[in-house]
Amino acid sequence: MRDVRIETPGARTLALDVPGWRDHRPGQHVDIRLTAEDGYQAERSYSIASPPAGERIELTVERLDDGEVSPYLLDVLRPGDQLELRGPIGGYFTWEIVNGGPLLLVGGGSGIVPLMAMLRHRAAQGSPIPTRVLGSFRQFDAMLYRDELEGFAKADGQLGVSWTLTRAQPPDWTGYRRRVDAAMLADTGWPPETRPLVYVCGPTPFVETVAATLVDLGHEPARVKTERFGPTGG
Amino acid sequence: MGSGFLSRGFSGRRVDPEVARRLPPGQYLESDFPVMSAGPTPIVPTGAWDFRIDGNVEAPPRWTWEEFLALPREKVTVDIHCVTKWSKLDTEWEGVSLDTLLDGLEYSASYIIAHCDGGYTTNLPIEDVTGGKAWIAFNFDGDELAPEHGGPARLLVPHLYFWKSAKWVRRLELVDDDQPGFWEQLGYHDYGDPWLEQRYQGD
Repeated sequence: MRDVRIETPGARTLALDVPGWRDHRPGQHVDIRLTAEDGYQAERSYSIASPPAGERIELTVERLDDGEVSPYLLDVLRPGDQLELRGPIGGYFTWEIVNGGPLLLVGGGSGIVPLMAMLRHRAAQGSPIPTRVLGSFRQFDAMLYRDELEGFAKADGQLGVSWTLTRAQPPDWTGYRRRVDAAMLADTGWPPETRPLVYVCGPTPFVETVAATLVDLGHEPARVKTERFGPTGG
Repeated sequence: MGSGFLSRGFSGRRVDPEVARRLPPGQYLESDFPVMSAGPTPIVPTGAWDFRIDGNVEAPPRWTWEEFLALPREKVTVDIHCVTKWSKLDTEWEGVSLDTLLDGLEYSASYIIAHCDGGYTTNLPIEDVTGGKAWIAFNFDGDELAPEHGGPARLLVPHLYFWKSAKWVRRLELVDDDQPGFWEQLGYHDYGDPWLEQRYQGD
């Protein structure tokens, strides 16, 4: 691990130098395997947050208090430590410029991580593909990548970024204040007639609700790709 | 991944040796029932549901939901292992054995392709779905199988990684040659034995 960056009270980004890394596609993940002295091992998957960029990758890891691997990655691992990883993995929940748009990305909590790899890739390539992002978090201090995404949107007329905070909002909050619903998706997303490519990632209930609502709104199921995080794990 | 690697400062969470014995390499114990699927959950009312077997078979059969529920059913308690690394022990299912569905049919096949609502497919050798190894399950834990877990009915092949237990299955195609399914075309292993940790191509 080269270095670590604090994102929120519960999440950090680990920057890794991976000799021999072959470029990943935005949306892919890695498997990390930890090995204890007696040979005991634990493996988990983590989404890559960074765009393809040589032999350096970044993972944003959220702490699961009852987790086995994420507390180690956030509390024990230090710059200079070695990690055993495998990847890139996953060929379905991926997006590259060549896949086109318009693009709608809907992330719940740390479900925004693989979407961020797509957005950073799009920005790095200077792509004009019309893109809208909806990020849902419980409260303000849990928001991931807010400043970076707002910066992208300010400089890019083809990118729209919307947020909702579902549990608590600061007094001056101007975003949405409820769970993602049909009205919010209709306001922040694309009309189904434009046949957007849609990526939804988050906890299972979030993904179930958002994907079903998108289909109800008239989006083609085959153009809605989902990735779910289990309720526990990490 | 190499061998002999140690993670500095990692001790890990040990599970009961009796449980550990039942966990394939790289798996951890899960008490919830996580969901993994590639797209929106298809909603198919049971009135519009049917189940077919076709391909290399004489008189391809079709069952409506009522006819399917009237078939001899079995209750099975099995351990399941997802390629995303969770395992769940002693899960209780009720469904129809593939042996029952294939009984009396004139067919020849080396593989089956499971076809599902939503367009998902997966491929399995015929010997892995016959001889009491596979079911079309419609009840889980005493209740109707929930849509996000594959309801009304899913394939259950517990000795392979759980993506082989295709959700929302509607049709089994009997074929001579292996044809990679949805995840198998996307880099996942063609066979998927959790005890050999056959997660991805090349494992």
